[in-house]
Amino acid sequence: MTLLRRPELAAAAGAILIWIVFAALAGSGFVSGAGTAAWLNASAPLGILAVAVALLMIGGEFDLSVGSMIGAAGMCLLLLTSHAGWAFWPAVAVTVVFSLAVGIGNGLLVVRTGLPSFIVTLATLFVLRGLTIGVSRLLTGRTQLGGIREAPGAESAAVLFASTPVGSIRAVVLWWLACAAVGIWVLRRTVFGNWILATGGDADAARNAGVPVARVRVSLFALTALAACLVAVIQAVQFGGADALRGQMFEFRAIIAVVIGGTLLTGGYGSVLGAVFGAVIFGMVQQGLVITGVDADWFQVFLGVMLLTAVLFNHAVRTRVTGAA
Amino acid sequence: MRGRSGGPGARLIRAGHTSLAAIAPAMGWLLVWTAVGCAAPDTAGDREAREGLRIVAVTHGQPADPFWSVVSNGLRAAGRDLGVRVEYQAPSTFDMVEMSDLIDAAAASRPAGLVVSIPDPDALGGAIGRAVEAGIPVISINSGSEASRALGALAHVGQTEYEAGYGAGERMAEGGVRRAICVNQEVGNLGLDLRCSGFGDALRAAGAQVRILAVELADPEGTRQRVGAALRSDPDVDGILALATIAAEPMLQAVEEAGRGGTVTAATFDLSPEVLAAVRDGRMAFAIDQQQYLQGYLPVVLLTQYRETGTMPGGGEVVRTGPGFVTAETAESVMAWTREGVR
Repeated sequence: MTLLRRPELAAAAGAILIWIVFAALAGSGFVSGAGTAAWLNASAPLGILAVAVALLMIGGEFDLSVGSMIGAAGMCLLLLTSHAGWAFWPAVAVTVVFSLAVGIGNGLLVVRTGLPSFIVTLATLFVLRGLTIGVSRLLTGRTQLGGIREAPGAESAAVLFASTPVGSIRAVVLWWLACAAVGIWVLRRTVFGNWILATGGDADAARNAGVPVARVRVSLFALTALAACLVAVIQAVQFGGADALRGQMFEFRAIIAVVIGGTLLTGGYGSVLGAVFGAVIFGMVQQGLVITGVDADWFQVFLGVMLLTAVLFNHAVRTRVTGAA
Repeated sequence: MRGRSGGPGARLIRAGHTSLAAIAPAMGWLLVWTAVGCAAPDTAGDREAREGLRIVAVTHGQPADPFWSVVSNGLRAAGRDLGVRVEYQAPSTFDMVEMSDLIDAAAASRPAGLVVSIPDPDALGGAIGRAVEAGIPVISINSGSEASRALGALAHVGQTEYEAGYGAGERMAEGGVRRAICVNQEVGNLGLDLRCSGFGDALRAAGAQVRILAVELADPEGTRQRVGAALRSDPDVDGILALATIAAEPMLQAVEEAGRGGTVTAATFDLSPEVLAAVRDGRMAFAIDQQQYLQGYLPVVLLTQYRETGTMPGGGEVVRTGPGFVTAETAESVMAWTREGVR
């Protein structure tokens, strides 16, 4: 019964089931090294985001601006390096500071105004995306910038962010595993993790118990922006440039991965490991459909049905467990 | 969402949960099987020995884009005609990272041939290179003619922008245009700049003058105003070219408001129902059609032949699908083909 209590159970079972289905349907193409790398590499950027978004959602908040943040941080990095001629690492430092500022800004807006974070970050989603397109067109006349590989310091960055350490599996997968390990450890083993759970479960009670609720929330928003920044930097190095439109829909994909992973939309309950499995499912379905030969037209249908199935499953298991307890 | 109390599951409804838990995984299975059924091409009746051939196309055209629907129809028609299996993939948003992932997945499935568009060679070069390295024949379509060869593609099927603009310029020069305007809604976009410079070179070669008028893509009213002002300030202008259908309608309005409908030869890149009607009614001289149906159809033919006979036209040159020109004589039949989804 304790296994059933784990929020990530459905996602883990779902991931295994989906792997078996695609292995049976697509055969060697899916289980081969190239096939495995194809879905792991596709899961990883979403996985990095999902770890941070899971912590935020367990803390009781949404961040819809993470997708726009990927576009904004990538463009910021490219404007500094290929447009303004900076070296790579100083530009990364400024990009990180910029991302943290946006995240903390989101957090302060939510904490100070008491408005739902869904609305506040929905506004940031549009403002950030619009600013990214506007500023990059204003400065360069374009919305796609390339040439980051010529920036001084880019060689070390290529090793760190864009190498393929294991077969065709890229560095981004290792970053994802590292982020996931840290996320799981923080939530399960640290005081801050307890604060996140308490803040998301019942903010008033948490405040009475001495949890710095506002600080927890602001830190979580900073964390999601930072995760988006990491994804943006990795993708910029890996794909040689940035695009103002990059990261569209990632806000929803991250939420989908987290919800499939068993985290409640209401906060206070959830799992980082579940979000990792959620991202795995997402990548396996996206890539598995291509390998199996199902046309792209159907991908979104699968996505919706999968979300619904996972939520129904989670719902059912939780109800049964709490009913029996 | 914030400040909600109560433990996990406290608010959940207790009804029918046991059966739900049992049904959920089954639903997943069922869905995968049905979709695979939907996707399997209708090759049952084919007596050809090509059933093993499978060609995958990965483009940046989103599933519901009318332009790319025509490309996709071309791909499927070629698959039906030749008896090969054709699959069409595209990212759900304009996201080159996702598109690169899709190319990797397509390559992992070891198809007989791969068809890709290359809107961003920097971002897609890696994935295309990996597919080529894995020994998969690749043909690029639509965008990326300049990068195609360097990335290892066997051929590029598309419209080259400079030549298309040049063709438009020649046509206007033949019609007696002496002083023309190229209306560019996105100055700085390399492809559009090339269209204008090809247009200008052709007209200048015939002794005519050309200037570029920059307008805003997202501002049709501003486009109308600027074109109107340009026409009023220069009464000798007798030719005008729009680079996209979105600028064509405001451009036409400006020409007619200035009372120059009879003297100015107007033309545009690309087709839309409005543009076709304007060409049919004689309000516009011609529309430039890149005939993207062929960008779907031809690569399947080329890849099938490459597999079976090792042939490939032109040794890596661009196979041009455009410019085709729609004029008053052909507009009516093109409208019918548009309804069939082939133009």
